[in-house]
Amino acid sequence: MYAQMVTSEAADDSPEARAFQARIDAGEKIEPKDWMPEAYRRTLIRQIGQHAHSEIVGQLPEGNWITRAPTLERKAILLAKVQDEAGHGLYLYCAAETLGVSRDDLTEDLLSGRMKYSSIFNYPTLTWADMGAVGWLVDGAAIMNQVPLQRTSYGPYARAMVRICKEESFHQRQGYDIMLKMCRGTPAQKRMAQDAMNRFWYPALMMFGPSDKDSVHSAQSMAWRIKINTNDELRQKFVDETVPQAEFLGLAIPDTDLRWNEERGHYDFSEPDWTEFYDVIKGNGPCNVERMTARRKAWDDGAWVREGLLAHARKKAGKVAAE
Amino acid sequence: MTTQSRKPEWPLWEVFIRGQHGLNHRHVGSLHAPDAEAAIRHARDVYTRRNEGVSIWVVEARHIAASSPSDKGPLFEPSESKVYRHPTFYDIPDEAGPM
Repeated sequence: MYAQMVTSEAADDSPEARAFQARIDAGEKIEPKDWMPEAYRRTLIRQIGQHAHSEIVGQLPEGNWITRAPTLERKAILLAKVQDEAGHGLYLYCAAETLGVSRDDLTEDLLSGRMKYSSIFNYPTLTWADMGAVGWLVDGAAIMNQVPLQRTSYGPYARAMVRICKEESFHQRQGYDIMLKMCRGTPAQKRMAQDAMNRFWYPALMMFGPSDKDSVHSAQSMAWRIKINTNDELRQKFVDETVPQAEFLGLAIPDTDLRWNEERGHYDFSEPDWTEFYDVIKGNGPCNVERMTARRKAWDDGAWVREGLLAHARKKAGKVAAE
Repeated sequence: MTTQSRKPEWPLWEVFIRGQHGLNHRHVGSLHAPDAEAAIRHARDVYTRRNEGVSIWVVEARHIAASSPSDKGPLFEPSESKVYRHPTFYDIPDEAGPM
């Protein structure tokens, strides 16, 4: 999940808030100009903002491999995927802006650390197999969360998710395709694929956020339909779908306790190390500093372009007006 | 969350795409751009990466006038009672043939 541990504020009990909840319960979409509780608006800004930031920061681990892709075709594919991530970030920023926050405010809140992005992007991408693991596992985990969000109560968010989900399937399949190629390649290539799997499995499980018993914000967000499934439901679904895919590749899941539970009809699996998760969220992951430094540099280095083009547009508009 | 911006942002543009020849332009989303020319270029990159369009319109968001949710009643309720505007209101005998 790209939005983790979004703080949800409690709803008030005014007649307007009750009427609002009734609309959501009836399956109506909330649109930007409709009345909404302040807490709903603020929670959504945090959630959509965090989601958008994750798409933008998510370009960095993969951007690392664009110039190192093994073939021109793989390079073109990776470039297209990274461009999609930028597009996804832009769709989501626009959705957040309909709630009355400005784009620059969102950016500055990311750069100052007031807003977060998904923990997953604080892990390094060390080999080409990591491009496979990221597409297959990370985008796969994101899809689990994003597909139900197409039915979320806030119209602009739901519509952004529809566009994103259409494109996300390409991401997961190209990742699996990389893994497939490596697993059918030389023993060294297969080892590389297994190594990527070993490093990304638990961080991918962490993407869904803390266990339901520790997830304090879920109830209100679920009542508002800005969260559709619980963290544990989605994590279980991800594991159930991923295990057969790993078996097909001939890759081992790095969990000795993973086994099919006939009674539950699901796989039993080990939880990730939540201490590591909270540590990464706090900023102590392997790449937090590197990611934020790259984002700040991009923002600062781009300032003259933003200002220059705006000045040019104003000058041109002035000339047209004077004619 | 802060709400005061420090520097002026590129204005917001609403993007409309004609998906195929013969169809209307449809609103697909918005983006920021310094001027119309750049907005079209950005719209190409953001909204038509997979052959989604044959034509793009952009309009600065501030130029769009919109009805407000509270006008919903006065604007749209009058048509609710006018069932005779629909062909299904009229009961034409089958004997009259296809119509």
